[in-house]
Amino acid sequence: MRVARLAAAALLLVAASGCSRVEPWVKPYERENLADPIMAWDRDPVSSSYMRHVYDSREGARGANGGAGGGCGCN
Amino acid sequence: MQLIRAAAVALLLLPATALAAVLPDDRADLLYHYYDGGGVTIDGPSLLVRKKFAEKYAVNASYYVDMVSSASIDVITTASPYDEERTQYGVGFEYLRGKVTYAASFSNSNENDYNADTASLSISQDMFGDLTTVSLIFSRGWDDVTRRGDATFEDTVDRRIYGVDISQIATKNLVLGLSYETITEEGFLNNPYRQARFVDVDAALGYSYQAEVYPRTRTGNAISFRGRWYLPYRAAIQGDYRFYTDTWEIQGHTAEVSYTHPLDDEWTFDVHYRFYTQNAAEFYSDLYPREDFQNFLARDKELASMQSHTLGFGVAYEFKSSMLSFLNKTTLNLRYDRIRFDYDDFRDLRVTGVAPGTEPLYTFDADVIRFYFSGWF
Repeated sequence: MRVARLAAAALLLVAASGCSRVEPWVKPYERENLADPIMAWDRDPVSSSYMRHVYDSREGARGANGGAGGGCGCN
Repeated sequence: MQLIRAAAVALLLLPATALAAVLPDDRADLLYHYYDGGGVTIDGPSLLVRKKFAEKYAVNASYYVDMVSSASIDVITTASPYDEERTQYGVGFEYLRGKVTYAASFSNSNENDYNADTASLSISQDMFGDLTTVSLIFSRGWDDVTRRGDATFEDTVDRRIYGVDISQIATKNLVLGLSYETITEEGFLNNPYRQARFVDVDAALGYSYQAEVYPRTRTGNAISFRGRWYLPYRAAIQGDYRFYTDTWEIQGHTAEVSYTHPLDDEWTFDVHYRFYTQNAAEFYSDLYPREDFQNFLARDKELASMQSHTLGFGVAYEFKSSMLSFLNKTTLNLRYDRIRFDYDDFRDLRVTGVAPGTEPLYTFDADVIRFYFSGWF
């Protein structure tokens, strides 16, 4: 748990450290393919959440299923 | 299983609610789910609705039902088949401010012997020219456990989940993802009906059963990596890997590869394969040498050494209907998965007349179907 808290604090520091200085190497106008719906991590949450439920109920491992980000940055 | 079920479904609301910088589209999904495997049939509806306001606020609501008819191997060998129903609802709220999205959600899962409340908070930020999205997630769960036919039994589970998720645009055709999660649980962590097996030379079968005893704490850590690549033609391929380890000494590896192929503007096809393997929990045994052999006793196949293989297919069809002209986009979707579960140290006790501990190893196949309608408005 302590590791998770430290990681969270580190990420917050990174977030606060002037991210505008980084020049994006993939320009907004180059993200057409990434914006395609077929590139979504989780196209249908209602279906994928059900499948995770199926696995979590029958296997010992759980968590870190990801997909929270979206990541397209298309706005 | 009930414990994990409650935690997992509540947590799974988060990915749908933690999108950064752009709030999710206004959308409604109505799904029918069906599971049939290992003597257990589960089906029911699920509904998810999301709506945003002024491009800054969004709300979502979900409703989910499991109708269970169970004659699983555990039930057949130590109890009687049963039917039950579990209902879950969830609500969520999101607020977008600049490149930061704040999200809060609550869910309740209820069945006749189990109640789970879960509250979650998350914060997501786009950074580095919107190439990177970082999400921090915290979730807290409070469960109440009871046992049918035993008014004296009542216990609780306290659950906390800490998560970090990073999504990174690597190239104009490749997105990478990294997730880390710690899950701590404290309380009554086993199924109050399940039993452990021990050698009993006086019994007709050569063995008897006693109540399971689990540790009252469990902490698990999971880390996963994924990448999704837009192929030279319009299609996508994704690879995922997850490593899991916990204080019960279970280690699990999950690997998955999937392929998405659209056809014209109307059809989208998916195919995927998933592999999972784990070793047994430190205190697990299919057959203990004697009664009360050790402090902790478990014969839950979820804690056994096991593997699963999944092969799945999906098809989505986008259509237009004059009756649904108030919707911007409508799709019908069908997904089917076939899962094979193989156990290395969980034996099939439907087979009798052999020496205890020499029964064949248990294995079963499951069919999983989701049929759903999605509408964007």
